[in-house]
Amino acid sequence: MNLYKIALRNLLRYKRRTLLTASLITIGVVFVLVFVAVSGSFKAMMIGQITDAMLGHIQIHKKGYVASIDNLPLNLNLRAEDVARIDQILRNQKDIEASSPRLKFGGLFSNFVESTNIRLNGIYPDREFNTVPLLTSRISEGKKTIVKGEILIPALLAKGMKVKVGDSVVIVATNKDGSVNGRQFIVAGILESVTGPGGRDGYVHIEDAAEVLRMPELEISEVAIRLKDFDRLQPAFQEIRKQLETEFLKGDKFPLEIHTWEGLTPFFNIARMLDVMTFFIKLMLVALVLISVLNVMIMAVYERIREIGTMAAIGTPPGKILSLFMMEGLSLGILGTLIGGGVGLLILFILNISHITFNFGQQQGLLLRASVNPMDFVTIALIVILVSVVASLQPAFKASRMEPIVALRHV
Amino acid sequence: MSLVIAEDITKNYQVGAVAVQALRGISFTIEPASFVSFIGPSGSGKTTLLNLIGCLDAPTSGRITVANTDVGTLDRGKSAAFRGVNIGFIFQDFNLLPVLTAYENIEYPLLMVQNIPPAERRRRVTALLETVGMADQAGKRPDQLSGGQKQRVAIARALVTSPKMVLADEPTANLDSKTAHTVIELMKKMRDERQTTFIFSTHDQKLVSEVEILFRLEDGLLESRGKGE
Repeated sequence: MNLYKIALRNLLRYKRRTLLTASLITIGVVFVLVFVAVSGSFKAMMIGQITDAMLGHIQIHKKGYVASIDNLPLNLNLRAEDVARIDQILRNQKDIEASSPRLKFGGLFSNFVESTNIRLNGIYPDREFNTVPLLTSRISEGKKTIVKGEILIPALLAKGMKVKVGDSVVIVATNKDGSVNGRQFIVAGILESVTGPGGRDGYVHIEDAAEVLRMPELEISEVAIRLKDFDRLQPAFQEIRKQLETEFLKGDKFPLEIHTWEGLTPFFNIARMLDVMTFFIKLMLVALVLISVLNVMIMAVYERIREIGTMAAIGTPPGKILSLFMMEGLSLGILGTLIGGGVGLLILFILNISHITFNFGQQQGLLLRASVNPMDFVTIALIVILVSVVASLQPAFKASRMEPIVALRHV
Repeated sequence: MSLVIAEDITKNYQVGAVAVQALRGISFTIEPASFVSFIGPSGSGKTTLLNLIGCLDAPTSGRITVANTDVGTLDRGKSAAFRGVNIGFIFQDFNLLPVLTAYENIEYPLLMVQNIPPAERRRRVTALLETVGMADQAGKRPDQLSGGQKQRVAIARALVTSPKMVLADEPTANLDSKTAHTVIELMKKMRDERQTTFIFSTHDQKLVSEVEILFRLEDGLLESRGKGE
């Protein structure tokens, strides 16, 4: 016999009440686990789509470019020699898998019958596809790459302008000095749009872009970077920033700006909202466990006043009476966590084998892969167990402070 | 040296707006290994006096010394520790812990109060179960035992820590006369074998006739001290 055994027997003494309380905790744990897993998977998938299809994980620009990015300013490009120095730094970073310089510009798109505006990215195809590997999966028609003289155009533009793969189109752009230049391209592929900035841009070879813009020397609007391990985003970002500052800082002036994907897309706010919602769901779990356990422990103390009086009268130290009731609360928390954890994982397994799909913007049929991080699981379990103990504290303290003579008189 | 020394004890209660004088200056002594009973009508102060001797309550004035300790000065923790070592309790309603078996109820004070090692606990509990004739009922819970069996377990629980005295408030009140007689005999046997002092409050004439020293209380005053008849 020990204190924990007595606590367990006391819980089993009121089977229905214990079961009901454990069920409430179980429901809470299941709800939180499923929500955390589904929202976490949704968030991870969305981030993956945005970073792997267009943004990259990190981007480097000339200072002030991002604030003016809607205008695609040509006077805020990085010079070729700066890009070479940046490339040198990036090549020495062990966290970086690939990087891609881009020359971004706005122009006029013409099918020889009508014209409209277009935003274009001049790219080195191989480097771009290595940096944003999902870009090729967005090409719904035509070739999965481009060569000089070819253009990838967004699906909405192709549909609106009635342009097909293989058609000739003309791109006209205003140069940095204000003059206008044009060039003919062959449509190599049609790109599906994605949600977010740059999701409806077209792509041409970077040397074609420089030719249209009549650049005597190639300039770059941004360098997109892909990391080997997305989880190392912050340390890698800090390291790259440090290296760039070492190379480029003059006095207190740093001519570059560097951002993670979080600073480049409004989707980050949606991701933050999901985090806030998860926090409030966890808060609800805390409230549920707190109220359930507190209620059942108050009842337990009230119903066992004479028993407490007997224990105190025969000399049980107040600390042991306190421990007994706290162990009952702890056991309730552990029971609810174990059952809730098991049921929650089972539901996640069923969700995953059910192959549930959903749409995100223009992307259809994305497969939901609900999984819970072991750390999240441990955190939820610890929250429930800790709150159960905290909820037992007041009733347990009351029991331990009870005067034996008063308790023994209780009817 | 007397085991219990009560010196001019008073105990006042406040019941709502009414002040109740439960004890009005009582003095007495009880020697070790005595078989003592307090008798008197309801409201005479018997239970109050037992509570004071058992360190469950403190006197309003006066001094009560148990085993050379002024028990009125002990705080909650020290008072619990003192009871755990020196005093055993037998209650009118038995007050066994319902989730524990007969064996575990007897073992409880050794584990929770005195922290005795397992082998010694087993030895003491088994011996007492034999003595009170409950060895074959050791695994039963209180709701599976009769009133007399419960009280035997309660007696064993009170004695298992080898206390200097056992306090019993109306120990036979809820038992039929035959069972009550058996329980009285058992307590007397325990006193003889272990030299433990037994102090009762009772209305039971059979128990009164068995005691060696009888204190008669009336309206909070000690009316007489004498031998049981």
